[in-house]
Amino acid sequence: MTLIYSFLFCGFICLIGQIILDNTKLTPGHITTIFVVVGAFLGLFNIYDKIVSLVGAGANIPIVSFGNLLLNGTYTGYLEKGVLGLFTGMLGAVSAGVVSAVVFAFIVSMFSKPKD
Amino acid sequence: MNKNKYLKIVKDLTPKEKRLENSALAFLMGGILGFIAEAIKLILVNNCHLTIRDATTWVLMIYILLASIFTALSFFDRLVMKYKCGLIIPITGFAHSITSSALDYKRDGLITGMGASFFKLAGSILLYGIISAFFFAIIKVIIYV
Repeated sequence: MTLIYSFLFCGFICLIGQIILDNTKLTPGHITTIFVVVGAFLGLFNIYDKIVSLVGAGANIPIVSFGNLLLNGTYTGYLEKGVLGLFTGMLGAVSAGVVSAVVFAFIVSMFSKPKD
Repeated sequence: MNKNKYLKIVKDLTPKEKRLENSALAFLMGGILGFIAEAIKLILVNNCHLTIRDATTWVLMIYILLASIFTALSFFDRLVMKYKCGLIIPITGFAHSITSSALDYKRDGLITGMGASFFKLAGSILLYGIISAFFFAIIKVIIYV
């Protein structure tokens, strides 16, 4: 059942992005940035965590989840360490995503010729 | 030629965006990516006995790796042109933006070219993600603690 929810939810997020892209003058860069901020906002009242527990990995794939993870890391950091945790906890949850993106991009670009 | 006629010709010649088709393709592609992600996650959880959180992280890393490799093989650009937001909104878009700017600026040198422009497109995601998460977290602390 979560498979169908994943299909519908991830498709729905992409559909919203595509509608914004087609009907306004915003570029994809604007839209991904807006979606990250929206994800952080949805984490404010634990809405996105409920969606993730209902939908499964289909809700972790869109970039909205990135903003939610940032907010969750910061908030749990505060609960553990106080004000210092606001700064140390932020990137903990997204570390895997950012580091793997950087490492794979670096390795891949080392092995390929620059485009003309 | 009067102005109205000119405007009409311009309007006729501008390529029409097939909005319905674009939306359907984006929905389909995003949905398939979500479906596969959940399928891989279920396989990892059931067969490899990982926790849900670790399995999700593995899925994200697999997607990022595949997006990077496909970008370097230069057929991901064509897919993005076709499916647009179906590939840009998922995490593949993040990996695609980093890899493509790394490839584009590689010929300007490793430090001043690739190093300086690595986060050219993904920088806005990181900047506004971190800024908004920081202030929303402070609001959340004020509300809940």
